[in-house]
Amino acid sequence: MPFINFSKDEIQCKIVYYGPGFCGKTTNLQYIFSVTEEQTRGKMVSIDTKGDRTLFFDLLSMNLGKIRGMDIRVQLYTVPGQVHYDATRKLVLKGVDGVVFVADSLKVQRKKNIESLINLAKNLAEKGISIRAIPLVIQYNKRDLDESDSEILPLEILEKDLNSMLKVPSFSASAIKGHGIFETLREISKLVVKDVSRKIMFMDKQQARV
Amino acid sequence: MNVVLTKKDLEKIEGCLGKIISSSSTPLSVLLIDRSGQLIAQKGDTPADLDVMSLAALTAANFGATAEIARLLGEEEFTLLFHKGKSENVYFSSVGEHTIMVTLFNDQTSLGVIRLKMNQIIGELGSIVSCIFEKGKTS
Repeated sequence: MPFINFSKDEIQCKIVYYGPGFCGKTTNLQYIFSVTEEQTRGKMVSIDTKGDRTLFFDLLSMNLGKIRGMDIRVQLYTVPGQVHYDATRKLVLKGVDGVVFVADSLKVQRKKNIESLINLAKNLAEKGISIRAIPLVIQYNKRDLDESDSEILPLEILEKDLNSMLKVPSFSASAIKGHGIFETLREISKLVVKDVSRKIMFMDKQQARV
Repeated sequence: MNVVLTKKDLEKIEGCLGKIISSSSTPLSVLLIDRSGQLIAQKGDTPADLDVMSLAALTAANFGATAEIARLLGEEEFTLLFHKGKSENVYFSSVGEHTIMVTLFNDQTSLGVIRLKMNQIIGELGSIVSCIFEKGKTS
């Protein structure tokens, strides 16, 4: 649900990073926060527990420049990944305009990825949003573990598990090293802005008819 | 659904919020936010260093969380929340089903006065806001 403010010439959108626990959603935001200039971003707000697990959400606000003379401001949110925090995830999804699904490449997390994606589809559906209609990007995180002893899933398996039906843009990434983070952000921002522009054009046409 | 705020809409909202500010002799700041955490309007002496975007997001989360507590207790929701600090206080009040009003005030202003002022404008503000959101549903 974008907020289009014609008084301030500003569009506010909400992008949510979704995925299973410990997949690296917060690390994505922390990396973006650490390398972005202060003029283009706000403060990073985190509500987490002592064990570094997100309790409620993380939030980072960013300016993405202008389209059709209007400033685009996006708010990046993460959700808590643990299964029992479903009520919190539903709250954070309220008014969402785009989703980044962060998948964990670790082999042991294969089932958790699928469960989390199904949970996303269910929670969106409860809000009357189809997972096939909302701007969505999938990120395969922790690809750097390829060089370690940890067993990770090949990209083809992850694609088959998570993206064979959706066929949305996907990126391999290492949030901790910063690889693929901005590619993911750029793509989801592009999709959200395109979606909002389409809505504005539709409104223009409606107004022209009146 | 998208929410479109025209200059006229914003003037009406700010006019309403201004009524609370103008009748107060002590510093006061009022913000209207939507329940997904987006800031709609603000009026009054908001501290320059206050991160209003974060305040809006946290308020929406706070309200959402307490609404769940309310449901556990068999209530639909708690329509107002009050947080008291040493010198700064915050009063949250739901305005219709889509928005929340946040009032920041110091210990020179009594809570009773804030509540009285809120009650005077909440009906008018509620109908302005519901018109805006109704338009959004049809677009």
